[in-house]
Amino acid sequence: MTTAEVGRARPRKEDAHLITGRSRYTDNITLPGMLHLAMVRSPFAHARITSVDASAAKSSPGVVAVLTGADVADQQGSLPNAWPITPDQKAPAHPAIAVDTVAFAGEVVACIIARSAAAARDAAELVDVSYEELPVVLDLEEAVKDEVLAHPDLGTNKSATWIFDSGEAGTGKPVSEALAAAEVLIERTFYQQRLIPSFMEPRSTVVDPTGEQITVWSATQVPHILRLMLALTLGIPESKMRVIAPDVGGGFGGKLQVTPEEAITVLAARHTGKPCKYTETRSESLMAAHHGRAQVQKLKLSATKDGIVTGLDVHLLADMGAYLGLVTSGIPILGAFMYNSIYKFPAYRFECTNLFTNKAWTDAYRGAGRPEATFAIERLMDELAVELDMDPLEVREKNWIKHEEFPFTTVAGLEYDSGNYEAATAKALELFGYDALRAEQVRRRESNDPVQLGIGISTFTEMCGLAPSRVLGALNYAAGGWEHAQVRVLPTGNIEVVTGSSAHGQGHETAWSQLVADRLGVPFENVEVLHGDTQISQRGLDTYGSRSLTVGGMAVLAAADKVIEKAKVVAAHMMEASEEDIEFTDGKFRVKGTEQSTALGEIAFAIFSAHNLPDGFEPNLDSDATFDPQNFSFPHGTHLAAMEVDTETGQVTIRKYVCVDDVGVVVNPLIVEGQVHGGLAQGIAQALYEEAVHDDAGTLVTGSFVDYLVPGAPDLPHFTTARTETPSTTNQLGAKGVGEAGTIASTPAIVNGVLDAVRHLGVKDIRMPCTPSRVWAALEEAKMTGGVQ
Amino acid sequence: MIPSAFDYAAPATVAEALSVLADAGDDVKLLAGGQSLIPVMKLRLADPAMVVDLGRIGELSGVRDDGDALLIGAMTTHHQVATDPLVAAHLPLLAKAAATVADPQVRHRGTFGGALVHADPAGDLPAAVLAADATFILAGPGGERRVEAADFFQGYFTTAVAEGEILTHIRVPKYTGWGAHYEKFTRVAQQWSIVAVAAMVRVEDGTIAEARIGLTNMGSTPLRAAAVEQALAGTPLTREAIAAASAHAAEGTDPASDLNGDASYRRHLAEVLTRRAVIAAAGL
Repeated sequence: MTTAEVGRARPRKEDAHLITGRSRYTDNITLPGMLHLAMVRSPFAHARITSVDASAAKSSPGVVAVLTGADVADQQGSLPNAWPITPDQKAPAHPAIAVDTVAFAGEVVACIIARSAAAARDAAELVDVSYEELPVVLDLEEAVKDEVLAHPDLGTNKSATWIFDSGEAGTGKPVSEALAAAEVLIERTFYQQRLIPSFMEPRSTVVDPTGEQITVWSATQVPHILRLMLALTLGIPESKMRVIAPDVGGGFGGKLQVTPEEAITVLAARHTGKPCKYTETRSESLMAAHHGRAQVQKLKLSATKDGIVTGLDVHLLADMGAYLGLVTSGIPILGAFMYNSIYKFPAYRFECTNLFTNKAWTDAYRGAGRPEATFAIERLMDELAVELDMDPLEVREKNWIKHEEFPFTTVAGLEYDSGNYEAATAKALELFGYDALRAEQVRRRESNDPVQLGIGISTFTEMCGLAPSRVLGALNYAAGGWEHAQVRVLPTGNIEVVTGSSAHGQGHETAWSQLVADRLGVPFENVEVLHGDTQISQRGLDTYGSRSLTVGGMAVLAAADKVIEKAKVVAAHMMEASEEDIEFTDGKFRVKGTEQSTALGEIAFAIFSAHNLPDGFEPNLDSDATFDPQNFSFPHGTHLAAMEVDTETGQVTIRKYVCVDDVGVVVNPLIVEGQVHGGLAQGIAQALYEEAVHDDAGTLVTGSFVDYLVPGAPDLPHFTTARTETPSTTNQLGAKGVGEAGTIASTPAIVNGVLDAVRHLGVKDIRMPCTPSRVWAALEEAKMTGGVQ
Repeated sequence: MIPSAFDYAAPATVAEALSVLADAGDDVKLLAGGQSLIPVMKLRLADPAMVVDLGRIGELSGVRDDGDALLIGAMTTHHQVATDPLVAAHLPLLAKAAATVADPQVRHRGTFGGALVHADPAGDLPAAVLAADATFILAGPGGERRVEAADFFQGYFTTAVAEGEILTHIRVPKYTGWGAHYEKFTRVAQQWSIVAVAAMVRVEDGTIAEARIGLTNMGSTPLRAAAVEQALAGTPLTREAIAAASAHAAEGTDPASDLNGDASYRRHLAEVLTRRAVIAAAGL
């Protein structure tokens, strides 16, 4: 087989239409007679709705109807949570339009349906909702006390408590013994601030109820899951619903959801019998699309005086927000297996309490549980190094799994198939110039330079390729983790690849074409990739969790292999040879030991005409495959950040950033590079810039991009990226996944670097985001408490 | 988001604009570059009954030499100010401040006069024109009126421009040969200033002969750091002398507290940034 395509840095075939504005986003769709929606949202974080007077809105020009919670109470069901992490998990009903109470500011209380978007917006101002305000609970450490309840009817803010204990699981010793016998005990509390995914394209949905079938276009990552869940929630037969995700402008987990607005748009279309469109504003998106992170991490790490970690105890408070979205409750659990990261801890315990608050609900955000876990352990490894006066790299090296020890079963019970932490770290150090920067750091300290230098380190691994279905089952997730593909051979020999992985910026069309071009020996240009429409791609579980290549890509390859097997039968018939003598190499079917060969295109046409086929041969090369991985894949890497801290202003600047990622075999280095860059930007954003801030009443203060600071290119350094390649053994390609890597490692690397720059001045910790004012305040506080050494 | 409905007029001359304004009542907004007005209208924080677009009035755009001053049309864009050769030669402070406004898209649409009349305390141009003792030329029903910069900024988003008036030009004295620097402090590039300092210094024989310092976002209006200016006048051109003078930067200021920092942090920043601005302006 040729390998001309896999590994080639092809520019993405998607990009020409995306960057020249010839894209088709949901909001670009206009259907005849289409009506427009505007939402009326609660300004209060917790309130009883005492009345909704929509009479003025109903008589406003252009208004067709107004839907309130009471109007749709018997149709709207309750929005789904697909991950009850414990059998006794508590969850409030989640109506798309609030009926009696609202539990966060931004919740929909009414929907205007009008002939134009402007008329709908004008009328939304006229809906008179009376509220009786209720006390709000916003802070996790308050919520856990159960004094003020986010949902009084539940009787508690605690949704569920989930525990993993290596002593009980038999994967290690009890952590209590390790802590009791600790020579060194590091105890820290870290705060994972609430983040807002901030995808580029705001959420948008168009629903056409015309005819027998309801067609839903939506800016979603998950058309297949959306179809199933909307059908179940609204009581519509799944077969009567078609979901299309056209061009989707990013998601980052934020569009891995079944949203109230999607359900409401379906309800509005059914109510009026007309196509309906809803497109949120950016303010609505920031307020009411799901948020991410939001955890308090209470950690204890025990170690010997030599720096060997003996145990880790993790106690989480996780903010669900006001409701449980699609996988809200499971996000912290995705981190539970990653706190031990690349290390060989003999004992580990994880306990997470999921708590309700009166804020927008949280759910998947790039990395989903794993960035939080990696942050915690990588901060702790630095703290241990400080405590023992050791180099932070040395502490890591003493504890990590050696490359010759793979496959390795971790204390969290996962089997890491492969990895080479030594190689990635060595390469990163070389690119970084570690020793020279350490020497400069000493010089700056000695000369009392107002700009201090710090070096931040983070290693990481993550479980990617979500997921083996049996593992998801064991974790009580409602669905499996397989992916489906179909490879169709057209009469000309051109190929159509249908994938269940619904891309929203990842570049599947290019990467899948490269995979299939190689496997079938056809030109890259002759492969089309179709996705994101449940009528074309009937089966699929969509895109999240760095799963597309390692699961969806494998399904594509398996389907292509079936095409080859079928074609061999016809090739043998055409060349009058026996099937056993046919081999497929370099894109040709050859008769072994002869010069005779035929290409796939010739076979395709022979099958199309079907004039002369083997007896009983079904004239069709098209093949389906569904791939369910047997294990996760485990990308890893070493990231190094040189951070400058201006001690006069608290301003933090990234002087140099080096990352060496091992994502296994790479199909398209350009796409991998792009994923790493974007991931780094989002991880750095958590470390330095972004935070969803609410006032005491629960109103989102960072309600626009003026206050919710998403960094742009001018705020980020030139990234030095490189790779090592340790193939995964859990899939035939050796790929591991790259979508989340940069986000996971960069946050702790940056914060470790900031602290390394100012720790000698007496600063012990700085909460994220490390804003200039926070850094300056930490420096001032250190001065006051006499921390200067 | 979609603004409320409004009436729209686009006069071609100042005279025509004044007559439209005279007829329009009091619920009217002037549209210059629209970089602040349009967002607040889209958020429905403003819903004027009428918008008068000044974009077609050619006489309001451009930079002219006016003897000992430059005459800058209110509709001149930030980009034009930042790149104009006359401004670069005689008022480098304005060029530097204008070049820091928001991002390139905003600088190509947003206008010098629009930003000044908007009078956002975190805007970059007010402190610069205040430091330069600019004169604001207003056209109104009763003819032309001139207001000195010190009297122009009256409070949060409030200026001396009265109902029915239009800011047509800003006359800024030349500071040829002065050193200038605009020291802006933000968390991300396109952000409004957390604090910024506009500094001009005239250096003679190793001494700071004269200094003019404007502060951005240290109160409800741009402020002059008068105590620093006095302390700098006649001091030797050394970092130590500049640092000592800059310690007065927060005197008389009343900065707000917000997500980017509290008032005490802003006062501290004012001192550090003033020192840096003066050092840079003096070319030290």
